Order: sequence, then C-alpha cells, then structure tokens
Amino acid sequence: MMNDPIVEIRNIKKSYQRGSYVIPVLQDINLDIKNGEFMALMGPSGSGKSTLLNLIAGIDKADSGTIRIEDTEITTMSETELALWRASHVGFIFQFYNLIPVLTAYENVELPLHVTSLPRRAWRTHVEMALRIVNLTHRADHYPNQLSGGEQQRVAIARALVTDPTILVADEPTGDLDRTSAEEILDLLERLNAESKMTIIMVTHDPRAAGKAHIISHLDKGILYNADTQAAP
Amino acid sequence: MAIPFSYSFRNLWTRRLTTILTASGMALVVFVFAAVLMFADGFQKTLVDTGSYDNVIVSRKGSGAEMQSYVLYSDASLIESYPEIAVGVNGTKLLTKESVVLINLLKKDSKKSSNIIIRGITENSLALRPQLTIVAGRMARPGTNEVIVGNGIANQFQNCEINNVLHFAVRDWVVVGIFDAGNTGFSSEIWGDVHQVMPAFRRMVYSSLTFRLQDAGTFVALKARIESDPRLTLEAKREVKYYQEQSEDMAKFVRILGMTITIIFSLGAIIGAMITMYAAVANRTNEIGTLRAIGFRRRNILAAFLMESLLLGFVGGCIGLIFASFMQNLTVSTFMSFQSFSTLAFKFQLSAKIVLESLIFSSLMGLVGGFLPAIRASRMNIVDALRAI
Repeated sequence: MMNDPIVEIRNIKKSYQRGSYVIPVLQDINLDIKNGEFMALMGPSGSGKSTLLNLIAGIDKADSGTIRIEDTEITTMSETELALWRASHVGFIFQFYNLIPVLTAYENVELPLHVTSLPRRAWRTHVEMALRIVNLTHRADHYPNQLSGGEQQRVAIARALVTDPTILVADEPTGDLDRTSAEEILDLLERLNAESKMTIIMVTHDPRAAGKAHIISHLDKGILYNADTQAAP
Repeated sequence: MAIPFSYSFRNLWTRRLTTILTASGMALVVFVFAAVLMFADGFQKTLVDTGSYDNVIVSRKGSGAEMQSYVLYSDASLIESYPEIAVGVNGTKLLTKESVVLINLLKKDSKKSSNIIIRGITENSLALRPQLTIVAGRMARPGTNEVIVGNGIANQFQNCEINNVLHFAVRDWVVVGIFDAGNTGFSSEIWGDVHQVMPAFRRMVYSSLTFRLQDAGTFVALKARIESDPRLTLEAKREVKYYQEQSEDMAKFVRILGMTITIIFSLGAIIGAMITMYAAVANRTNEIGTLRAIGFRRRNILAAFLMESLLLGFVGGCIGLIFASFMQNLTVSTFMSFQSFSTLAFKFQLSAKIVLESLIFSSLMGLVGGFLPAIRASRMNIVDALRAI
C-alpha cells in the first residue's frame, strides 16, 4: 500500500571510534519512509546523512536501534544475509557512478543479476529494459571511459534498477555532474518515482536536487529534524 | 553466483604491462622448472629406449653398470647353452658377449675431452638391436681394427668421421661407418669387433651377455636359475629395466638439483605476484566496495582476486613453456652415470605430463602470490572501501 511505511527506523544510534575518541554520528534517529516516496536527506558535511543512508542500505551496522525495510528487520541480519538481501532489495546510485571500468555498460547493468536467483535466460530482458528506461540501449557495448559523466550515471541508475529493488538509495547522484546532466539525472529519478512508484532516498547538498523530492529531511550533528513535505507523492 | 570471469581476465588485460612483467618473472621460473624436467625425461627416455623388452642382459651381481661388470668365458659358455635362448637366422644362439671400455676423445668445438664407450661386439649384436642402422659407410668387418661410430659421437667429437683414424689402446682404428641407433644410448658409442677390442685393452673377461628369449614368459624362471646357480655370481635383467636403473641416479640428481633451484626462484616470482596483486587491490578498493554493496559476498571477492592471480600464473606458465619448447631442438651431451662417467647424447623431451605439471606449478605460484592480497580485498569494510578514491 502506498501509505504503508516501507522503511521504519527506530532509535538508531551510530558512533565511530577514532583512537580513544568516540564520535557520535547519529543520535536516536526515528524515521518512516512510505512506499513510493521520494525523500531527500540534506545537511552539512559530517552531519551523518551518508551514514544514515548506508544503514538503510544495509552496508553499515548501527550501534543500537532497529531498521525494518518492507517488514524485514535488517539490523539483526548476518553479513551474508545482508549481502543477499541487498542484492534483491537495494539499488545503489553513487556520486562517482562506481561503474566497473573493465565491463561494458551492458555488463555493468547485468552485474547485480549474478547475485540474484533470477534465471540466466531472463537476464537479457531485464538488462535491456533497464537500459531502455535510462535511454542508453545504443551505448550498451561501450565501456565507462567511452561515456560522458551523465551517461555513466544513467548506466549506474540502470544497474540499480535491474533487480527491481524495493528501495533506491542515491548518495549525491548529481555531485559530479554539470548542470545539464544533473538535470537529466534528476528528471530520470523523478520519472522513475512517478511512473514506477519507486521509493527513492537521496542524500544531497544541492537544493535544486532536493527540490525534486516530495519530502526533505534535515540532519545536523546527528540529529534528524522534522521532514518538510513539498508535495503529495 | 560468482563475479564473472571476464572481470578478472579484463583487469589483467587492462594492466597489460604489469601483467606481462609479473608473468615474465614466473615464466623464467617455469622455464627452469620445465627445462629440468625435460632434461631428466630426455635423459631417462634415451636410456630406457636403449633397452629392448625381449632382450635379457646378464652382468656381474651388484656391478650396477656394464663398466664394472665382468663375465668369465666359462660362465658365458654355460649361459649360452641354455635352451631358452632364441636361435638367430644364421642358426646360432641369438646372444652376444660384449666388452665395454672407456676411452677419452676430444670434442670438436670445446677441445675438451670426454669419456666415450667402446663396445666390443659380435655378429649377433646388430640382430639384437634392430633399432640400429648404418647410415653412412659400412659395417666393421670382424677380425679387423675397423670401428663404426654412433651419430651422437660422430657429430661432436674429433676424428670420428668416415676414414678418420682413432688412436687408442696402442692401436689405430679406422672409422668405416656411422650408425644411427635412434634416440638411444647406443648412438653415443663406438663399436668394434670384441675379439680385437678385448686383447687391445688386455681384458680377459666379457663385460656382459645379452640374449633374446624364445619365449619372453620364461624370463622369471631363467632369472631365478641364473641367480641361484652357485657356480655363477651373475644377475639377469630385462634390458629395459637395466637401462632404466642406469638412468635413475642421474635423473634423480638432476631433478633434485633443478627442483631446489626452482623453489628458490619461485619465491621471488611469488613475491612479484604478491606485489602486483596488492597494487591491484589498492587501485580497485572503490570497485571492491561497489561489488560488495550490490550484493557480492566476501568469498566472491576472494575468488575473483584468486582467479586473477591464478590467470597471472597461468599466463606466466604458458610463456615459460613456449620458451622451454625451443629446448627440444637442442641435443646435449652429458655423462651418463656416476659409475661410468661415459658421455650420452640426448634431446630435451617436452611431454604432455611436463606441460601439465608446469602449468599447475605456475598457477600454484600465482595462487600463493595472490592469496594474501585476495584475503585483504575480501576483508575490506564496505563503507571504507566506497570512500576510497
């Protein structure tokens, strides 16, 4: 259901140890993100927004508290269980695209399917569909260094979509792009959210990028402030 | 499912220069490894091929080699009377009483001297060694100071061509023929009439008897009879086994020496592979983080990097084997055994077994070199790896 929270975060605390110092990063975070929501996490550098995103995506562990994604509690999962869960439930979009340079656009998009249980005969359909969504079918055989920054990020989005994940997490997806390319990427994310009801959680510094989201949450010194609702999802 | 093979392969291809340099270090080790095995195999095969399964050689008990053996005339006559021995086309027993002595000849190129076997033969010697053919000139006539020379000797030593005169045992010996005994030890010998060779060297005893059995199945019983006869202090062996035993000590020595050198070299190559793979891991930290984030497990990362180092070793193995294969064109002469120190000419032999062993060895070097870097890659924290630039 559209209004059911797909992400439920309760009393999350996270700190880092730097030598003998313990640096608190997140303090008692509580957050619900509804299914199909496009949420932007904003805040100054070091505020803990990337850490929160990493916790939601299951690539980092909280000190305490619980995170439930689609009724699955991920905070108690083992590392192996988390890896399998991420493969089918989370699509990652990184600031610097993080494509594998030795693989073509097609192979990069196909990569996450190696970890899913999807039969190999269905891979081609999935990859081609993901490339069609980002309008890069004609660049399938190109290597990342043969693509522009905007195109690389679109390949990265196709890679994030190919497993049909529950949530899409984007960490500064436009941080390395020029204005035109950044606009294209944001339009694409907006379209994905609107047409496919994809739940998107995006960390950004850029108010223009955040402007595309329905909800903007602010983090400062590890404390989450009330979300601003911009428009109904 | 694992990280695709193309990921490991293309990463090596992308870093072609580093790959080739590291693989070259491994290739050098594999070259030495393969060359040692080829040397030992070539040596052993040459000696083993010298013998024939149907032939039996009788020599002094515990003598080890023909050079140290002696067989009395009376003993030879007794054995010749055994009914199990086959009869040749000339109606005589297919048996030869031979005498083996060493002389010193100068090499053509280095002018250094080497020990060469002079084999005193009888009429049946050729019939018992069908692999031997006269390729130039003619057979030495009985009762004369004529000799025929194996082509392994003729090519490498002075005065060994047709019509040349060799001087040894205070006599002149005329070379009247060159024989080819294939890839056997006979190709490294000089043959003359036993009744001329023995008096010239003042020998009153034969070195060995070689004969063919009418029925090869009677060998065990005949051997038991000869070795249990209180009048004889002789032992009988199939000719193949005799030459196999001759080759064992030398082949073993070469293998142990070669393996020791190879192991020391391989430590250097393993460290080279390790440095290369550590650099690969360091350069691809962000990639590792990405792979882990999208769901690949630690063991997938471990396997991908191990595969890469395995491939690196395999490529090194292939390069080493290509260079080692050129050694097959080389004929070398070395002393045959620690008993006789006589010269044996043979070729390096590259067999499928050596190819397989070399590739396994090189892949193992790669695997060992890549193990610690692969462990490091698999243990990376995802968040830290993703932060790396």
